[in-house]
Amino acid sequence: MKKQGVGARLVRKEDDRYMRGRGQFVGDIRRAGMKDVAFLRSPVAHARITSINIPEDIQANVVTAADMASVKPITAVTSLPGFKPSNQSILAEGKVRHVGEMIALCIAPTRAEAEDLVARVEVDFEDLPPVHDMLQAREKDSPLIHEGWSDNIFLETLVDYDMADAEREAAVKVSREFSTARQCMSPIEGRGAIAEWDHRLEQLTLHTSTQMPHIVRSGLAECLGLDHGSIRVVAPDVGGGFGYKGILLPEEVCLAWAAMQFGHPVRWLEDRRENLTASANCREHHYVMTAYADKDGKLLGIDAEATVDSGAYSSYPFAACLEAAQVASILPGVYDFPHYRCHTFSAATNKPPILPYRGVARTGVCFAMELMIDAVARELQLEPTDVRLKNLVRPEQMPFDNITHKHFDSGDYPEALRQAIKAIDLKAVRKRQKKGETDGRLLGVGFAMYCEQAAHGTSVYAGWGIPMVPGHEQANARLTPDGGLELRIGAHSHGQGLETTLSQVGHEVLGIPHEKIKVVHGDTAYTPYSTGTWGSRCMVMSGGAVAEACDQLASRARGIAAKMLQCKPGEITLKDGRAHGPSGELSIEEVAHVWYRRPQDLPEDVDPAGLEVTSGYKPERDTGTFSYAAHAVTVAVDPETGEVEILDYVIVEDGGVLVNPMIVDGQIYGGAAQGIGTALYEEMIFDSEAQPLASTLSDYLLPGPTEVPSIRVFHMETPSPYTRFGVKGIGEGGAIAPPAAITNAINDALKNLGAELAVSPVTPRRIVEAIAAVRRSDAA
Amino acid sequence: MKPVAFDYARPRTIADALELLDARPGAKILAGGQTLGPMLNLRLVQPELLIDITRITDLITVTETDDGVAIGACVTHASIEDGAIGGIASGHLDQVAAGIAYRAVRTRGTIGGSLTHADPAADWFAALLAFGAELEIAGTTGTRRIALDDFVKGAMETDLGPDELVTAVHIRKCGREARHGYHKICRKTGEFAEAIGAVTVEEKTGRFRLVAAGGSHAPVVFTDPSSLFRTADPLDVRSFDVDMTAAALRDAGMNADDYDLRLRAVAMQRAVKEAAQR
Repeated sequence: MKKQGVGARLVRKEDDRYMRGRGQFVGDIRRAGMKDVAFLRSPVAHARITSINIPEDIQANVVTAADMASVKPITAVTSLPGFKPSNQSILAEGKVRHVGEMIALCIAPTRAEAEDLVARVEVDFEDLPPVHDMLQAREKDSPLIHEGWSDNIFLETLVDYDMADAEREAAVKVSREFSTARQCMSPIEGRGAIAEWDHRLEQLTLHTSTQMPHIVRSGLAECLGLDHGSIRVVAPDVGGGFGYKGILLPEEVCLAWAAMQFGHPVRWLEDRRENLTASANCREHHYVMTAYADKDGKLLGIDAEATVDSGAYSSYPFAACLEAAQVASILPGVYDFPHYRCHTFSAATNKPPILPYRGVARTGVCFAMELMIDAVARELQLEPTDVRLKNLVRPEQMPFDNITHKHFDSGDYPEALRQAIKAIDLKAVRKRQKKGETDGRLLGVGFAMYCEQAAHGTSVYAGWGIPMVPGHEQANARLTPDGGLELRIGAHSHGQGLETTLSQVGHEVLGIPHEKIKVVHGDTAYTPYSTGTWGSRCMVMSGGAVAEACDQLASRARGIAAKMLQCKPGEITLKDGRAHGPSGELSIEEVAHVWYRRPQDLPEDVDPAGLEVTSGYKPERDTGTFSYAAHAVTVAVDPETGEVEILDYVIVEDGGVLVNPMIVDGQIYGGAAQGIGTALYEEMIFDSEAQPLASTLSDYLLPGPTEVPSIRVFHMETPSPYTRFGVKGIGEGGAIAPPAAITNAINDALKNLGAELAVSPVTPRRIVEAIAAVRRSDAA
Repeated sequence: MKPVAFDYARPRTIADALELLDARPGAKILAGGQTLGPMLNLRLVQPELLIDITRITDLITVTETDDGVAIGACVTHASIEDGAIGGIASGHLDQVAAGIAYRAVRTRGTIGGSLTHADPAADWFAALLAFGAELEIAGTTGTRRIALDDFVKGAMETDLGPDELVTAVHIRKCGREARHGYHKICRKTGEFAEAIGAVTVEEKTGRFRLVAAGGSHAPVVFTDPSSLFRTADPLDVRSFDVDMTAAALRDAGMNADDYDLRLRAVAMQRAVKEAAQR
């Protein structure tokens, strides 16, 4: 048999239906009597609602907050000291706090007709001053987003590890201001849900495009005042999540309420305009940073003030400080230095809530830290890679507790960088740079590194005290009467390929051919509880749980086989899907057949537990696995137009033991494409009235096939000492480093002109204006 | 977003289309729908009737004329890309067509629809201004011919009357020595242009048309090279002055900032360079 277990490059099982257009997404589901919903959304960012006028003939089909008095607002609090909770009403109550906030729900036979109803509802507003910028939000006299708050800060944190010492000792001090644009996550499929009430089961069923069906169920139960048992949440095929679908949306609550109220199924499918202007916001960071170093580039300390634009509300379940609070703990990145101070602010503004996006907080942090490393190198006239090599955590320090007490489990960071230097051929690039380009473009090379905490569990999240804390992850494993295997997990697969990789784990333990293994996921009725798919956790957590459940199933199967082969269970070994005993062997299929179909062939004292197991798993340490990578990129910059061409892109990555290297490659390519979007294209601009200025994909630029180069990926493999099979979470890394690596490459190209970029995305206009600014200051 | 409810008609002749247009004031012409479609969905237009003109035979044919070709208004970008206009100007326009948006858009989008919409960031607009193309327009009272320069009244503004229809684009065959250049600067493949430079130079006749387009500002056509070049030769790329050109664009009324003006000037410079190299 061809290798099918851990390490096999199997083609993804789920691709058969996806590639044939047979996936079943929320938008593919039909229900008898189903009606469509469109939401009336606020056209203004900050205003009091003085009246809502609904024409009499459509009043029965329009819902406002006044109708939903019994429904609780979404509140996602944390236990971090000083956190200010916000109440996100399902439909706006009295006040709107961002453009796109829902004011009314309109129901009609089709979406077009529902939009006709929306157009007929009139809302009068009394304008309030909008807060469109996070630094403006922090000012003392800023208008307040939430009444009763003393300022606009969800949470302020400060850590200081003897920063004053670094200030005294350092030979050089380099200061910079960095910022990353607000972005919109752009899964091909937007959000969407169908809600219906089942009178037989007395149960609400919500089909929704989510990454975390069980968490959505808890959130719905809390808002609607229902028992968990009265709610079933199903996530069918989901066309990309990236964090956007790891959030309980007010739309989901509203739809669930409407299904109960109206007595027929209701559907809402988010369109791209809603996605862009009302919801999928992420990423917006601002940093003021100073690095202290000795004259050789050895870092003595980093002092940072970081602000994250959290938007108007704290989203469920990750809360409004997810980004900023993490910034403080992960800013040091892959480096080892003795002093550190970080002051963070999660600022509320009149924008949609900031939501977690692939590489949560890490992309901004990597941008700030890695641009800072290059700035230090330029200041000291050193090769940026030399400065990195001087400061990286070394392999002999592993496992390593860094300055913020992150526990790096394993790896060889300098080796990853050395391999990247070699693969991009730094020497050759430097030589070519000296020669110059015949077309007048400027060549640059940039590097960026990160490490990525993944699959972190109870010990990390308990400290945050958010509504959801992951504990032991569970899986259910069941042998079917024909010797097949069903695996049930509470997480969800939407691009991660879990239907394949978890089959590989099942095969690894039980030897059952992966074609006969079925992974069931995404349905609270069928699967054990799970916090869902986020934080690059599923291969570690669900993979570990599946292995654990399969181990126990193997032991049960050995027990039954021992009865059949008349030996002791300890004498049975399971190999390649067969039970081998001292005097004979059986296939697992035969064991299953006898257990289910011919129990008369088994003695009375057989273990009655049978061939179905639910078991749980946590790594030996739940502080997370740390994948890491070095990205290296060469670019050509046209100084006249600001156009950037990526000439070569190399990623050297270590994700521990890879269950399916082909799937990991896919994750890296996809993540890097999104990172290129962050670096060069994606920007949701808000004007001074906090109006979003991109409402279609012709204004909000995403990289397409011609903007994403062929990326060369190289793997290192340092097993995690704490996880089953030595796997590490790997899903997000691709999206973390590209903005930093590409911007460093652009700055390298521009260094002889004296221009430097510190804002993402690095647009042609920003490049040309940076060059022009240097020329102006030179002239002056 | 979904469109408001509208009626739909698909006439087979120009006369029928004009009759509908005249009879229903809330009507709108639908050609390839690549701009109108999104505008309908966003409810930026809410017509009572859409008149689909893509099945009118006269509008989807290319005919040779005495001095060039007449391209039916509903000829698609894709068919021009594939050679429908017979490689006029050594295939220069075929290449312009091939650079419009994506193939899927080109398969539906039409040359007449693009010109009628008059988006200054659209390729045909700039390329055909450089060619000095003319449009044929049919109305209930008869047909007329108008130079593209006169048809365009500004960004998204044209001379087209409410009861009129663009039926064809006339392109004069240039002499063999004519040189063409086209350079588009856009953020990514398939996007509308930030800046376009398009040029036609006929040395024998001294004909010179250099167009600055792209972005949201109405295009500017230069027919006199002297404000752009330091020497008299419009094919001497080295004497093309980006700063002078940016100033000339401002003088011509282009109300854009320094970056946008310079970007157009650079696009023009690169179009001239391409023409010179042919």
